[in-house]
Amino acid sequence: MTTTQPAPTGQVVPLVEVTIDGVRTEVPKGTLVIRAAEDIGIAIPRFCDHPLLKPAGACRQCLVEVATPDREGTLRTMPKPQASCTLEVSPGMVVSTQLTSEVADKAQHGVMEFLLINHPLDCPICDKGGECPLQNQAMAHGRATTRFVDVKRTYPKPLAISTQILLDRERCILCQRCTRFSDEIAGDPFIELQMRGARQQIGTFDSGVLGFAGDAPVGAAELDDSGRPFASYFSGNTIQICPVGALTSAAYRFRARPFDLVSVPSIAEHDACGAAIRIDHRRGVVLRRLAGDDPAVNEEWISDKDRFAFRWQVAADRLVAPLVRDGEDGSGPLVETSWADALDVAATLLAQRRGSLAALPGGRGTLEDALAWSAFTRVVLGTNDVDFRSRAYGGAEEADHLAARVAGSGLDVTYADLDGADVLLAGLEPEEEAATIFLRLRKGVLAARTHVTVLGPYLTRGSAKLRATLLPAAPGTEAEVLEATDTFGASDGDRPRIVLVGERLAAAPGGLTAAAALAERTGARLAWVPRRAGDRAAVEAGLLPILLPGGRPVADESARAEVAAAWGVTPPAAPGRDLAGILDALRAGELAGVVVGGVELEDLPDPAAALAALEAVRAAGGVVVSLEVRRSAITELADVVLPVAPPAEKAGTFLTWEGRPRAFAAVFDTAALGDAAVLGLLAEEIGTPLPDASMPAWRGQRVAAARLDAPAPPEPGPGQAVLATWRLLLDAGRGQDDEPHLAGTARRAVALMAESTARGLGLQGAAEVTVRGPRGSVTLPLVLAGVVDGVVWLPFSPRERAGAAALGAQSGDIVEVTA
Amino acid sequence: MTDTLTPVLSDIWDADRSWTLATYREHGGYRALARARELAPADLVELVKASGLRGRGGAGFPTGLKWSFLPPPDGGPRYLVVNADESEPGTCKDVPVMLANPHVLIEGVAITSAAIGCEHAFIYLRGEVVHVYRRLLAAVREAEEAGLLQGLRITVHAGAGAYICGEETALLDSLEGRRGQPRLKPPFPAVAGLYARPTVVNNVESIASVPGIVLGGAEWFTGLGTPKSAGHGLFSLSGHVRRPGQYEAPLGITLRELLELAGGIREGHRLKFWTPGGSSTPILTDAHLDIPLDYEGVAGAGSMLGTRALQIFDETVSVVRAVSRWIDFYKHESCGKCTPCREGTYWLQQVMHRLEEGRGTPEDIRTLEDVAGNILGRSFCALGDAAATPVQSGLEHFREEFEAGCHTPARDLFPYEASALATAGTASARGGREVTA
Repeated sequence: MTTTQPAPTGQVVPLVEVTIDGVRTEVPKGTLVIRAAEDIGIAIPRFCDHPLLKPAGACRQCLVEVATPDREGTLRTMPKPQASCTLEVSPGMVVSTQLTSEVADKAQHGVMEFLLINHPLDCPICDKGGECPLQNQAMAHGRATTRFVDVKRTYPKPLAISTQILLDRERCILCQRCTRFSDEIAGDPFIELQMRGARQQIGTFDSGVLGFAGDAPVGAAELDDSGRPFASYFSGNTIQICPVGALTSAAYRFRARPFDLVSVPSIAEHDACGAAIRIDHRRGVVLRRLAGDDPAVNEEWISDKDRFAFRWQVAADRLVAPLVRDGEDGSGPLVETSWADALDVAATLLAQRRGSLAALPGGRGTLEDALAWSAFTRVVLGTNDVDFRSRAYGGAEEADHLAARVAGSGLDVTYADLDGADVLLAGLEPEEEAATIFLRLRKGVLAARTHVTVLGPYLTRGSAKLRATLLPAAPGTEAEVLEATDTFGASDGDRPRIVLVGERLAAAPGGLTAAAALAERTGARLAWVPRRAGDRAAVEAGLLPILLPGGRPVADESARAEVAAAWGVTPPAAPGRDLAGILDALRAGELAGVVVGGVELEDLPDPAAALAALEAVRAAGGVVVSLEVRRSAITELADVVLPVAPPAEKAGTFLTWEGRPRAFAAVFDTAALGDAAVLGLLAEEIGTPLPDASMPAWRGQRVAAARLDAPAPPEPGPGQAVLATWRLLLDAGRGQDDEPHLAGTARRAVALMAESTARGLGLQGAAEVTVRGPRGSVTLPLVLAGVVDGVVWLPFSPRERAGAAALGAQSGDIVEVTA
Repeated sequence: MTDTLTPVLSDIWDADRSWTLATYREHGGYRALARARELAPADLVELVKASGLRGRGGAGFPTGLKWSFLPPPDGGPRYLVVNADESEPGTCKDVPVMLANPHVLIEGVAITSAAIGCEHAFIYLRGEVVHVYRRLLAAVREAEEAGLLQGLRITVHAGAGAYICGEETALLDSLEGRRGQPRLKPPFPAVAGLYARPTVVNNVESIASVPGIVLGGAEWFTGLGTPKSAGHGLFSLSGHVRRPGQYEAPLGITLRELLELAGGIREGHRLKFWTPGGSSTPILTDAHLDIPLDYEGVAGAGSMLGTRALQIFDETVSVVRAVSRWIDFYKHESCGKCTPCREGTYWLQQVMHRLEEGRGTPEDIRTLEDVAGNILGRSFCALGDAAATPVQSGLEHFREEFEAGCHTPARDLFPYEASALATAGTASARGGREVTA
């Protein structure tokens, strides 16, 4: 835990002199006594206190004796011991903790005894036993034996708060950290205190507990997949901050003892936020992940996806040995083989086709992996036909934007900047796509330091929790709306302005151009927020057809010369093909092969076309080499599959959306190799060793930023609507495989549209709607919401049912909607 | 002795249909409001300050001073909230005031609102007293229709029945529609109270005393009572007295005088112990008959004036049984927010029941003492302290009865039937100045 009070940035806080246990110290005005004591190494026991939550003063464990000088300067001891977690220091205050005051010691012993009378003595079977603040502090500040000979309070247990969070009410000491976190930090008050006195308990809305006649909560309550009142994307944090074993994880419960676990600090791989995590493993198996403590990035919070989704790395379809095609002609099924054989086969196939090969390296790798891919493409494959983008994307406009404004720009806008700014979000739903950004924005918003404006088709629940102003824009009109916007925010420019563009904005033609122009017009700083952990590193490494490492333009001769000097090999001069160009060329026979890594077919803008392209190139005698952690639709098509290590089994560096390097070590020392190592071996086998591709940022002329005018907005005809869609935090993504408890807390898949739209489509009273696209249709429950007229929103890829991904249509495309 | 009584709030309780606007006006009602409207708000505050009126809800904080704590007007709303959540065992003064003469409260609300710049006042009423709720609603409507409120909005809110909501910040949370639990202070309600706006929270009797002060003047008020405890107050005698009821008298009257007014302890019995101001004030004994019942006098005897709810117990009553019932109440009503009150009352209840059943141990008595000490002054709000005081004062004055609980049930030592005020099947033996609606 941090020991300092978060102070608003840029303000000088006067110091206050206080004496604690005879030690004089100076702390900033407004510091709580418990923090001032921590600063000089005096630990006051506590339960409800948490440095990132508002003071509660509920548990009364941290009582100390306090004296303050009166007007004449005479010290006067307060008649009652004071809760040090709620009391701010004042000049001349003299504090006596349990170390020097019998009153404080007695009070603390008394409270500890109270907490224990109704606490079960089940530590040996409790998940928290061994890392339990109650256990530890009871040992330090409690009685050796109990005087309580009466009847303890018991409850049926556990109570499933969600599919993922279980509550043992009898262990709960009612410190309210969980409810305060849910309300203050996450904004999801899905649990609350109920009943009173000794029967007071934490719970979700429960008509049984509350003795209601029946009936659901009043007002709009979102339901999770199980039909219960909604869960939260951040609920796992409540388990971690619970000072007893009352809240436990369904996935971890009874699986391990804390003292048997080995902890390794790491970085979460599910998004570009770079949240610090702690990985706990035992005998080669990861058993749980916890939030790490990094005030600059995620403070002490992570999303449930970062916490609970890790078994994908050891899923049953994990590749353990290289695969090659059986049979002389390479047409047989994939069979396991040795690394030597697989490298030999791959090297031979690639070397034969050198000059007409391309690379699709995906966006999930580390910086080291991305640099290896960049060098491999240029040096070994001898091409600039490379594109890390494996999602709906913006072609040349986006590539130019990334080359001009992102690559090599270093650490610019940071998390800290978001707390104290007017922020415009375009093509970005932070709660779904960048959870750490969401929490930081919310912190600033609640403190009235940040104002959020969001460009989108409707005000999502996440945006509502950010108290955001909606800049309504139907998909396809983003550029037009941004062009028509002259200002944003609530401070008249007193606060810095920041424009955060999500990767989705690229898919709206002209969107990035308009966002950059708006930033320039309003004096705002501009930052790009991708979804995937490796996207920013890919940009830095030059995994684009027009870009070399460090933001060097391929087209710039001196940039190429710098690369040549560093690598000892001159990169190709001609700009390459991007994703669509590569797939077209593969289909048309212009390319004879491709090396693919970390790409999910379903993520691509047109999975069917991509599949056809890969099939076509193999049918034409071309080659597909795949580097993958797990079997996928693409490995099934490959000639050679080289297994690569998941994050837990390799060391590396993720780059956050900010450009912040987030180095992490391998959790396990296994035989699995990272992409960089595998590409290195393959390059050796081909006979062209890879250079170290890392390079400092480019100082020369950048690619000129693209200018693309806003296109004409889509105009849906009768029976049609414009599709809006994005990925939700919890969905069918393969990174969440094998996590049923987590999956149970996903949002319910529904179709959203305005009442007027529904009326226009003749859908009055319809419980479900069917949306048809070029490739298929999906049927989802209809929910009327404040969506821009003429637009239907669908989740992209929910786990339980088909979503927009099944339509073969992108955001902004026109789809048919029927009852 | 009748000149000892100073009926002000209770003056018209015996009038026909005393709760109506017409009756109230016949007896001079709303003249104070008219006079108050001629005064500047600051002068009203000064007047109440000068009167020495102290909070009648139990704590005794100077009312005028409380009003003066409001920050200067900033154009936003400021609220008056009347605490009518009278819930303490023994306390029964506000309910009769509102039942018999709701208009004196409404007039006080209107004057106070004028003094503090409030345009919307609230009366937070204990929800169980539905008949009072109806009286208040009717009185507000009458006053409004008579044009007496001049734009002031008065909302009467019925609570859902929780002792904790008598704590002023829990009351505010409850009034806002939240779970009633005390708030962290600071900020105090004067700065950020209802809906985080400057708010004055006062007891019913305090506010109802304001019209009298406006009409009679500060000097009249300070002429009643004692130097530091000015004015009149309702003394609610209950229990083993011949004529239980409300006795409105100057502060500083003694129990001996009050008992004389009430006809003494019931026939054939003598005083054993009493509470000066409800169950949360430490009990006193017949040694305290002559202490002046004002804030200082009672404090000097080791108790608190509280709400002047004098519960009188004669020699037939088991102290262990009485304390046990009070602890049942505090355990039932603990809000649960803080550990000492929530867990301590849970524990005390089990020990007290054991002692009452004669199954206690000497260790239990030490535990009782220690647990009460660990609650007192350690809880989040004063209601935790309230749970500890009956135990502590009971042990202080009647320790031998607790010790007897280690071998003999309280029922054997003090047959419960002997304490009963009425036996099954007979009508109440009560008399005196009871008010019937």
